[in-house]
Amino acid sequence: MTRTVIIDYGLCNLDSIARAIEDCGGDPFVTADPKALRQASKVVLPGVGAFSEAMNNLRKSGMSDALSQCVVERGIPFLGICLGMHLIAQGGEESGEAEGLGWINAKVMKMKPQLPEERIPHVGWNEVNAIEGMPIFEGIRPGADFYFVHSYYVQCAPRLVAGTTPYCGGFTSVVADKNIMGVQFHPEKSQKPGFRLIQNFLAL
Amino acid sequence: MLKTRIMPTLLYKDTTLVKGAGFDSWRRVGSAMQAVKVYNMREVDELVFLDIAATREGRAPDFDLIDDLADECFMPLAVGGGIRNLDDVRKLLQVGADKIVVNTAAVSRPQLIGEIAKQFGSQCVVVSIDVKKNGQESYEVYVESGTQPTGLGPIALAQRVESLGAGEILITSVDRDGTMQGYDVDLISQVAEAVSIPVIASGGAGNYAHMAEALRAGASALAAASMFHFTEQTPCEAKLYLREQGFATRI
Repeated sequence: MTRTVIIDYGLCNLDSIARAIEDCGGDPFVTADPKALRQASKVVLPGVGAFSEAMNNLRKSGMSDALSQCVVERGIPFLGICLGMHLIAQGGEESGEAEGLGWINAKVMKMKPQLPEERIPHVGWNEVNAIEGMPIFEGIRPGADFYFVHSYYVQCAPRLVAGTTPYCGGFTSVVADKNIMGVQFHPEKSQKPGFRLIQNFLAL
Repeated sequence: MLKTRIMPTLLYKDTTLVKGAGFDSWRRVGSAMQAVKVYNMREVDELVFLDIAATREGRAPDFDLIDDLADECFMPLAVGGGIRNLDDVRKLLQVGADKIVVNTAAVSRPQLIGEIAKQFGSQCVVVSIDVKKNGQESYEVYVESGTQPTGLGPIALAQRVESLGAGEILITSVDRDGTMQGYDVDLISQVAEAVSIPVIASGGAGNYAHMAEALRAGASALAAASMFHFTEQTPCEAKLYLREQGFATRI
């Protein structure tokens, strides 16, 4: 069985993602120990929380270097969820002075309402339209609803955009760069389509 | 398009789920675990679980209970009742809560909202505001399960907690609670107009038409309890009805 390492940086609900991975047939291992990444065949960086607190915690424990080594150098499949997707960017409006991991050329920006009924945070179920041929979206209907809860989004080069969601004029809800993937929504809280996505990720 | 959320509210007191009217006359309505399992199977949009006795009994949230419930819950779970400090919040998130609902502490210790937002992000803080009508026109916020008047108006409090970093407001009419006579749409529209974060309507839902009224008044999401406990109506049918009325829902 492949071991999916879930990074614990002390700020969020890790139980849900661990249970979801287990339910999808994976072998989740929640840890704050950078050494655990040596045995990882998949890595998940979950997240709710505040950007700078999260980066501080990752840096302090040595996890940020270990992650870069594992994901960027060794090419282990990586899924960043919500804040975990933001942390792989360079930084931006969410982070204040803090720098992100900087794996993708992207900035984290505050959502700006375009319509009177659009409120921030963007909370609830909304569509995700993934680009064709994205392996983690295999078997998921285009426009399927996933659960979102966030105020910031990742702004990146078009070649990294792997899926979009219609809110605030449309934003990037999925990024992908080879083995590095990020989703703005919470697959672990998105019931059937969410679990399918996790299964697809585990099968990579 | 963002879908309107229908959020069943589970109220917990003395080891069981309860539902009252006007925050009083509590009736037992079954086991929390059973309810969570059913709602999980039905794939509801989100669940609200409020331990309504914790603050009044001066105790912390029941973390073991939340842990057990969250294990059965593959949809978002908002948890409230008895939250006094960041340590409570951290423990609740650790055992599987996705959002923290703060009511009494939003008035007695408003800086807690900012502390939670800074550590865990605004999206995880829901401020629950319980409101009673004083006379014809004016509204007053009550805390400690609707027992203690605060002298505050709901608009002033909603704006204050928004500026402190709250991510959502759960606005409950104590007068309408359990009556199934419809949401207090004036209250909802006043609060929804005053803030730019999502507002969840609560208190008084008795049928699907009431839900449409609250959405027209500016609510982003709908909480309901009695109509799901005591009638044959379901969250799923509510969404079919609302879709026919032109609202986006997740079917």
